[in-house]
Amino acid sequence: MSEQVYYEDIEAGSEIPALVKYPTTMQLVKYAGASGDYYQIHYDKDFALANGLPGVIVHGWLALSFLGQMVTDWLGEGGTLLKLNGSYRGMNLVHEDIICNGKVTKKYVEDGKNCARVEIWAENPQGEKTVTGSALVTLPSRG
Amino acid sequence: MSDEPVISEELQSMLNVDFGPEVYEIERGMVKKFAEAVEDPNPAWQQAAPPTFSAALVPTGLLHKLFNARTPLTRLLNGASELEYLQPIKVGDVISVTGRLTRLRQVEGKEGPTLFMFTEVNYTNQKGELAVKGKNTYIKY
Repeated sequence: MSEQVYYEDIEAGSEIPALVKYPTTMQLVKYAGASGDYYQIHYDKDFALANGLPGVIVHGWLALSFLGQMVTDWLGEGGTLLKLNGSYRGMNLVHEDIICNGKVTKKYVEDGKNCARVEIWAENPQGEKTVTGSALVTLPSRG
Repeated sequence: MSDEPVISEELQSMLNVDFGPEVYEIERGMVKKFAEAVEDPNPAWQQAAPPTFSAALVPTGLLHKLFNARTPLTRLLNGASELEYLQPIKVGDVISVTGRLTRLRQVEGKEGPTLFMFTEVNYTNQKGELAVKGKNTYIKY
């Protein structure tokens, strides 16, 4: 894990370290078991194709989990995640990279807390945004 | 496509009805299994739940009824998720999950009618504190 990030270190436009994940069918099965979401489009290729999908697709919640991991990795022990949102705009297929990105859009102090709003998104290898969302976080101060 | 309405009486009758609570004991093993499944090695998840862990605390009563309710639309996708964290969920907590359908919206898409189903789920801990507020949009098409 990297060094703690502080409120003073960031400004609107600051990028947070990207995270690249590579979900396999096995991971989707593990996620189905851990979450209880056994919808077959996430592990049964025949079922997915019969539903008009291009193949087995990654759970939206799993892609959001990757975005959450990117944000909490960046926050370290000193930061706190207050909100996490994602809209599933496109499909991530198994055995393809999911590239998670984030950029600070705003920083402000509210009720004595050092807050930052972060735009987050996931891309497929074609550069299409498959999940877009935001996170609201607090960061520790150097002061 | 049949003349059957997309928003059936059955769906309509579910609006703003509370489902639950369903009670989940947060065991170390289930948090570990979830963190392993999302492949997030952060040591913080040995004691606390990772951000999307509420996905595992399913409001099964609500979702079972919602996904099986009469409608001519058979295909289902997840549209959007929102999570607001008010208290951490930790190993040893007991979380009560209540959910409701808050809104139905039908739009005409490229491939025919599309139904957006908006849900809200509250995750309350054993002290009676609201720990996580979740919203989810499901799409039938």
